[in-house]
Amino acid sequence: MSALKPKHQRLVLVIVAVIALIAAGLLAAYALRNQASYFYVPTQMIAEPPAPTQAVRLGGMVQAGTLETMPDGVTVSFVVGDGEEQVPVRFAGILPDLFVEGSGVVAEGKLGADGTFIADNLLAKHDENYIPRELEDMTAAQVEQTVLETAR
Amino acid sequence: MHAYANPTRFLKLARPLTPLLLVSGLLMVGASLAWGYFAAPPDRLMGDTVRILFLHVPAAWLGMGGWTAIAIASLVELVWRHPLAALAARGVALPGMVFTAICLVTGSIWGRPTWGSWWVWDGRLTSMLVLLFLYFAYIGLTQAVDREGASSRIAAIFGLVGAINIPIINRSVVWWNSLHQPPSLTMGKSSIDSEFLWPLLGSTLGFSLLFGGIVLARMRTLLAERQTEARLRRKAAAAEAGV
Repeated sequence: MSALKPKHQRLVLVIVAVIALIAAGLLAAYALRNQASYFYVPTQMIAEPPAPTQAVRLGGMVQAGTLETMPDGVTVSFVVGDGEEQVPVRFAGILPDLFVEGSGVVAEGKLGADGTFIADNLLAKHDENYIPRELEDMTAAQVEQTVLETAR
Repeated sequence: MHAYANPTRFLKLARPLTPLLLVSGLLMVGASLAWGYFAAPPDRLMGDTVRILFLHVPAAWLGMGGWTAIAIASLVELVWRHPLAALAARGVALPGMVFTAICLVTGSIWGRPTWGSWWVWDGRLTSMLVLLFLYFAYIGLTQAVDREGASSRIAAIFGLVGAINIPIINRSVVWWNSLHQPPSLTMGKSSIDSEFLWPLLGSTLGFSLLFGGIVLARMRTLLAERQTEARLRRKAAAAEAGV
């Protein structure tokens, strides 16, 4: 056993080093799992509300039928949900082009004391689906069918 | 494998393969990008902005693939002392860095109209920027090591250690909430419509061929530089002995 060839000795050393490295990387990623997230989802925000002075980001889907423009014409309100919890959001400013009901959004701002999120910036979140415009004229069921076919 | 350890044998293969890869890659890239930019339909939400996909996605894959290749070559260099492994890692570094930079720039141009921001510090974008900095460091390190005559193994260890960033980039959109969308292509599943998918696969193949051609050309250059240096050194020694 003592006559381990230098080549094999190096191989063993490198493998041990790589395993240690991967373990270190995974531990770091695990430790960062909350801090490295770009936004909180409504469930997290309701379970642990941030201080009203703390700037945070809220991300989720703009719930269908909740988008309303205030009488002043620039302030909009909508509800962001993640499938479980929902947070109402208020924002005054220019909406991104891709901002529509039923799609993803990331709002930057603060959570008010009344539970309404006051956003000072909105980012539209694109999902992983790429669908040609022709499909837009189809009914929702047809689009779903096409998307399913694409996914297959 | 060891048959190609010999630089002479490698050159015999690389000499005809370099122009072949470069030309076929350029043709493939040209055809796929023309298809993607003029023939593919606009996206439902993004409109024409979707066309940047055909450049951005292959660049991202090749930037990450480049470092994976550096890591494999570094492992081969460290364990088997393969004479061409160090050369291959150096040859990959430059195109890998360029493609990573292309990925970041095109992604930024895509992000402005799509998200409403040129840059955000989410997991995917940050880890990709780290990859670019790793390329800078690797290229600087190999140049310093080669110039100062230090052991090339320092660069190989760096190449291997830096590979830890690759799975982090890949998983960043899954582990953490990010603004960047999750993967569209996973094992046997695609959420990209075939009208976008085919030109994307075509341009990916084209850029990969181009990448391979550039790597071979770089390796031949580095080999030639080494041979020139050795010859000059021999000449100088002979001249000194003659006097």
